[in-house]
Amino acid sequence: MCARKRSEVKDVDRSLYDFVKSEEGYERFADGLSPEIVEEISAKKNEPAWMLELRLKSLALYEKMTMPSNWGPSIKGLDMNHISTYVTSGDTQVDSWEEVPEDIKDTFERLGIPEAERTSLAGVGAQYDSELVYHNMREEVAEQGVVYSGIEEALHGPYEEIIRDHFMKLVPPTDHKFAALHGAVWSGGSFVFVPAGVHLDFPLQSYFRLNAAGAGQFEHTLIILEKGADLHFIEGCSAPKYNVANLHAGCVELFVAEDAHLRYSTIENWSKNMYNLNTKRARVEARGSIEWVSGSFGSHVGYLYPSSLLMGENATCDFLGITFAGATQNLDTGCKVHMAAPNTRANVETKSLSKGGGISTFRSSVVVTPAASNARASVSCQSLMLDDESRSDTIPAMDVRCQSAQVGHEATIGRISDETIFYLMCRGLTEADARAMVVNGFAEPISKELPLEYAVEMNNLIKLEMEGAIG
Amino acid sequence: MTKNLLSIKDLSASVADKPILHNVNLNLEENTTHVLMGPNGAGKSTLGHVIMGDPSYSVDNGSITFNGTDITDLTTDKRSLSGIFLSFQAPVEIPGVPLYSFLRTVCGLRPNLKSSAKQFRKRVTGLANQLDMNPAHLTRELGVGFSGGEKKKVEMLQLLLLQPKLAILDETDSGLDVDALAVVSQGIQAYRESCDGTLLIITHNTRILERVNVDKTHVMVNGSIVANGDAKLIDDIDANGFEAWEKAAG
Repeated sequence: MCARKRSEVKDVDRSLYDFVKSEEGYERFADGLSPEIVEEISAKKNEPAWMLELRLKSLALYEKMTMPSNWGPSIKGLDMNHISTYVTSGDTQVDSWEEVPEDIKDTFERLGIPEAERTSLAGVGAQYDSELVYHNMREEVAEQGVVYSGIEEALHGPYEEIIRDHFMKLVPPTDHKFAALHGAVWSGGSFVFVPAGVHLDFPLQSYFRLNAAGAGQFEHTLIILEKGADLHFIEGCSAPKYNVANLHAGCVELFVAEDAHLRYSTIENWSKNMYNLNTKRARVEARGSIEWVSGSFGSHVGYLYPSSLLMGENATCDFLGITFAGATQNLDTGCKVHMAAPNTRANVETKSLSKGGGISTFRSSVVVTPAASNARASVSCQSLMLDDESRSDTIPAMDVRCQSAQVGHEATIGRISDETIFYLMCRGLTEADARAMVVNGFAEPISKELPLEYAVEMNNLIKLEMEGAIG
Repeated sequence: MTKNLLSIKDLSASVADKPILHNVNLNLEENTTHVLMGPNGAGKSTLGHVIMGDPSYSVDNGSITFNGTDITDLTTDKRSLSGIFLSFQAPVEIPGVPLYSFLRTVCGLRPNLKSSAKQFRKRVTGLANQLDMNPAHLTRELGVGFSGGEKKKVEMLQLLLLQPKLAILDETDSGLDVDALAVVSQGIQAYRESCDGTLLIITHNTRILERVNVDKTHVMVNGSIVANGDAKLIDDIDANGFEAWEKAAG
């Protein structure tokens, strides 16, 4: 008899997310990009002239810019000529789940959105392919002057000016090729405005579902917090798996005024045919704070580096992230912090996991300008590789131009030792449960910060990942 | 006649094609205390690991029967749940997993130890007191930041909590640490008083045995059991060491 083989961990069971609804009767624009398509999208939305102008300018930029090469994982498998930038069921956005078409309602029910809304949220937005299908907020929150609506809807109301002043100002179309693409074809997304001094007791949540194969989702999230406001915003996203490439190039712009506090939590669960090339950025004024809690589990290839611009004295940024790259996944994630004022503080703590040949790269950039006297930044990245074929890299960049700044970085990369598994099995745990216990413990500093239902979902995802063929 | 709890027959085992154990025969009767002694590298710890089914070793020949069932092919977790316990020099470190919830999980795997949250808390804090363990340590992460003596306490706490039918205490290195030694003696006595189990203490240090009533002593040299006796054999070893057996074994 020979020694028992170590376990092999199989691919994640994504049945919870991996269901497809019929697209029959849906409107779907031709694949690829052209000024006509962009004009058509704009016309569809009956939007102000300045927005069409921004779209066309962005398209021109997009065409001029080259695809990123020499950066992270390859995106050669992504061909814009085979991506439809706009798909809709044609149903109008409603504020009651009863009125949402059956198929779409069923999708969000399976994802647990209406239930979360009833129990723990102040408001919910739900997007299906290119358009929002549902948006609602509790009345008592609206009474405090909080605005939470579809961004396109808001463009037709009293907030048009404010949106115009902020839209793609933090992430200009010139930023990179996919920011330009976003500017040209963006559709859907949420607008949040929290007036000075207003604190929301419950989070707002937007959920983005991409059902269509070979399509892109380009939602735009714009959040403005006035002085002293406090909000927790949750973003969720998922899609069924197809054997053609899908693209997500959303954009998130967050404005945090003096003394305001924003927590932005994300669980990204795109399917493994997704190119997730998303851009998120926050600007924080004096004494304001941004907290990112970010979980990346899905996508074939991901580029995701939420960035924080700390522009006012004593502004702070906390970034907590976890990335799990399984078979066929190459996830390049991390964050950027730009510290441009005295006494600013940044704390970055990330965990990355890889298994089944997955590649997880942590990339961070901390810039401390000469103006940021006494700035303090600490960056910590821990990686856990679950087998010998997986890979984990850490690429921390620091650009410190201020004598009095204190910047620290630490990184560890490890594996689960055979001794650990044997110890836990000696106490009665199966091999799969032993691995899941170690991984859950590893993820705990991040998962404890996630909204409860997401923390539970993450633990389940990890457990599913670990329940493999035990040899 | 007393019944055998564990019966090892003609057991040979190797690691990475290197033979370690040769034709080992050993019987541990119910409710008895055994000591397995031998020089460094004799294969004592290996035997403990092979009884527990450590996949790093292959069993090349022979069988292990526990409580009437052949367990030679069972995975480690099944052996554990059937009532065998192996203590380690120290628990492994598992960041993010508090000791308390770890203990709750492993008890939850055993139908006879299932209890309400309140009962469980009472039982664990009671045992911690008995071992002079700081109850605040229960909320610490498993194995992280514990001293040598504290780590031993975590192992003994599990021994007393899980009440195994057979406890194998691998104490090959404990002689180095006086605190750890005291904790193990205390754990052995508490186990003896609270369960009718069988103990197999693996050591080459006789100090650990000063306060223990030993029923049988076994000596292992070069992967084979070369002598069996009662507690008096320990005094022999104390006086003369293992040299005679080592010479005989070549």
